[in-house]
Amino acid sequence: MMTDRPSGALAAPATTGRGSGLLLGWCRRNPSATASQQVLLYALLLIILLLSVLPSLRLLWQALQGWQQGLDAPFIRMLRSAATWTALEHSLYTSLLGTALALLLGGLFALILTLTDVRGRSLWVFLFMLPMMIPPQVTALSWLQLSGPASPLLNTLGIAPPLGSPQPLYSAEGVALLLGIQHAPLVFLALRTHLLAIPRELIEAARLSGAHQRRVLWDILLPLCRGGLWTGAAIAFVSCLGNFGIPAMLGIPASYYVLPTLIYQKMASFGADMLSDVASLSVLIGVVALTGVALQNRIQRQQALPLLGMAGRALDFQLGRWRPWTELALALILLLILLLPLLALITSSLVPALGVPLNWHSLTFAAYQEMLSHQGATLRALGNSLLLSTVAALLLMLISLPLAYLLARRQSPLIHWLHAAIDVPYALPGVVLAIACILLFARPLPWLNISLYGSLGIILVAYLARFLAVSLKPVHSSMLQLDPALEEAAQLAGAGLLQRLFSIVLPLLAPSAFAGCLLVFLTAVNELTVSALLWSAGNETLGVLIFNLDESGDAVLASAVAVMIVALVAALMTVLNLLGRYLPQGVIPWQR
Amino acid sequence: MATLIPSSDLPARGLRLHGVHKEFAGQTVVDNLNLEIEEGSFVALLGPSGCGKTTTLRMIAGFDTLSSGRISLGSTVLASDHQQLPPELRNMSMVFQSYALWPHMTVADNVGYPLKLKGYKGSDYQRRVREALATVQMEPYAQRRPQDLSGGQRQRVALARCLASEPRVVLLDEPLANLDRHLRASMEDSFRDFHRRTGATFIYVTHDQAEAMALADRIAVMHKGQLVQWDAPEALYQRPQNAWVAGFIGQGSVVRLPLSSSERLLSSAQVQQALAALQNKPSATEEVLIRPQHVELDPAGVPATVTHCVFKGERYQFVLQLQDGQSLQAYHWQGLPTGAQIAITVRQGWRLQEQPAGSTRPTLASVA
Repeated sequence: MMTDRPSGALAAPATTGRGSGLLLGWCRRNPSATASQQVLLYALLLIILLLSVLPSLRLLWQALQGWQQGLDAPFIRMLRSAATWTALEHSLYTSLLGTALALLLGGLFALILTLTDVRGRSLWVFLFMLPMMIPPQVTALSWLQLSGPASPLLNTLGIAPPLGSPQPLYSAEGVALLLGIQHAPLVFLALRTHLLAIPRELIEAARLSGAHQRRVLWDILLPLCRGGLWTGAAIAFVSCLGNFGIPAMLGIPASYYVLPTLIYQKMASFGADMLSDVASLSVLIGVVALTGVALQNRIQRQQALPLLGMAGRALDFQLGRWRPWTELALALILLLILLLPLLALITSSLVPALGVPLNWHSLTFAAYQEMLSHQGATLRALGNSLLLSTVAALLLMLISLPLAYLLARRQSPLIHWLHAAIDVPYALPGVVLAIACILLFARPLPWLNISLYGSLGIILVAYLARFLAVSLKPVHSSMLQLDPALEEAAQLAGAGLLQRLFSIVLPLLAPSAFAGCLLVFLTAVNELTVSALLWSAGNETLGVLIFNLDESGDAVLASAVAVMIVALVAALMTVLNLLGRYLPQGVIPWQR
Repeated sequence: MATLIPSSDLPARGLRLHGVHKEFAGQTVVDNLNLEIEEGSFVALLGPSGCGKTTTLRMIAGFDTLSSGRISLGSTVLASDHQQLPPELRNMSMVFQSYALWPHMTVADNVGYPLKLKGYKGSDYQRRVREALATVQMEPYAQRRPQDLSGGQRQRVALARCLASEPRVVLLDEPLANLDRHLRASMEDSFRDFHRRTGATFIYVTHDQAEAMALADRIAVMHKGQLVQWDAPEALYQRPQNAWVAGFIGQGSVVRLPLSSSERLLSSAQVQQALAALQNKPSATEEVLIRPQHVELDPAGVPATVTHCVFKGERYQFVLQLQDGQSLQAYHWQGLPTGAQIAITVRQGWRLQEQPAGSTRPTLASVA
């Protein structure tokens, strides 16, 4: 065909190359990689270095300070402290237990919702994904409203335990339970992606070989998606480890400290060595988390099985007469892990004080009125969160578009390495990044002489570093699907780099860029861990507000704020859902 | 549902499709299909893409349900509109286009899986797996993973797996589509060889008429969900039912000629007479298939003009224009310039049945 020729002719000089043995390697497709591309490249390189690499290095530098003191060096002292090891042990215990629960719940839902003929599949998926999108401190708060003697829901139903009986969730197992529920969707997603990629022929061949449905599951499906299970478990473990909201709300009242809450506690107690101490602890938890990530990558590589054939819905397991029972079981589990806690949360937001049962006389919207009154900190926190999330989402979109373009079109070891670096601030626990930012910005910026510390600016920078990976992923996967020939055709028609970017690449990437934008917004609006350490008076976020309100005993107002956040999250998820059909597969995590 | 023979009157062996009908979202994919496939035969389902052949195969395997009709094997009903035997109980096996080898199992485990499910154990199991691998010369690869094999080797493993369990029916879904031409020929030999050795019924889906002709004893030609002709390969080639089949199978031209007699096989004299009568612009004409090898240059024949001449290696292929403007394909050992005036004799022709009114008739060009 005639159309093959131009691209073939273009590809040839690209491989022989211009011999541009520059630092950043050669250009894969466009031989006319020009000065403008180089400028763009160096600008982005600088941004990534500042956002993704510098904070970790600063943290490491701080942790190693005073190494000359030998056994008294802060890092060694931290390692010798019993509190460190207790917290590490607590972290590992709750995370492993939480991961096990997440595997059980997420695995069960993934198998049922992906493989069987249950009805209303997309609704189930949406509901099951909600806990991941709800901020952990809201999850914790709603569960606290569900159990214990003061629970308005239990009081309304008249089944609350007697006053003075302990809150069962203030325990290691309580922390693990909520960690498991919060992160079950991560396992669900990893396993579901694997299951959906299995070609139907592999199942059909087994059926014709004489295997009935259950044998197919054990002999073919589960072995084929073992990689997905391990990946999901590793991601869930790393996320459990870095979670701050749940152990803060459930562990601190019981003096049960995990590493992130230990760091938080140490931050609160100002001392001479405080910064070195928390930096050392952060490095410790960072090492554990990155080990988990490395393990996950290794498993993913080892377990990767080439799947040939048409990927499609693997199969419809006919549940037959078990279908209504399965649906009932799903409904019961969702009722327990999602609806009841939310119901408790709503109930709590409608009573005048905890411990009061909800009825027509006690029903009050006072909490909502207070929340929306102009004097309250709530409105300010809402404004701060919305401002931070919007600005972060928009800025990251602007960075992601050219970045995704360069990552997809240019290849060199350095670019590969940069791509990996972008993931680090997202993989590290939020506390670690927060401490790193404090260390970086404790002093005014050089030359500019502006102090970010104590302003919204420091939270914004932390958000930019943390969520660059979230924003980049959808744009990058879209960019990889974009045929280079589209651009080559424009180039032959005489379009320069900028013209090509604006007239060809941008319009085609726009939907995923917008999806990335929404995902960042959704994640940032819920964020607690980073802001819990970086906020200052007047600069609190919604996450911090709920945490502070609950800590100061105003659970009713905290519940009202939490209800508002859940409504906001559900609305945003619905928008993303509606947007889903215009996006490449896999951009919206809970959709296929 | 037209004339159906009650199943009890048929020999209690072989695979029977009775008025099989399949609709997807209101669209008819397979339309009232009736086939009786003798046990142990090698049958091809042939047709262009979208003709319903793969759907038919999947209904036989039990992966798709029937909208109406019945499929039975021997005296067992496999599927009807109200009941459906699951695939695992049908004692069939299938060779998939993508081979469908399980990547988490070794070659030996892949081949042995159906045996394991049938309850073979220990040395008996080992022996059967070894034998199955030996028949496809894959014994040395028993402990490899499928992903370490080449395309042809994978195909052979798939075949071994398919035959290890001694199925009654073997289904093949365009198994050669992913292989290069050289491998295709050798795999065709293996299929033929296996069919002879096992005595199982083979049902082979393909869109390649040469493949179907080379392998099958009987071919079901399908078009737009309907069975157009069900015949042996030779019969299909020599006596195609209508112009569509004539165009789909082999080379040839369909020419409209005035005919006086009613036979279907026309002698050289009959065709020559009709060709000569064309210049009178006859009103009543019928469709006649003329294969290119039956057209000869002959000074005593009817006049024709060369409009195309293409070198095909062993001979030249021509398109000739008859007196009234109709075209005719021909072969000759020597090239001729475009526009040359020649004279031809046709050795034989085959009168085609007019297709029922309303059904679309693809021209030769649209089939190619």
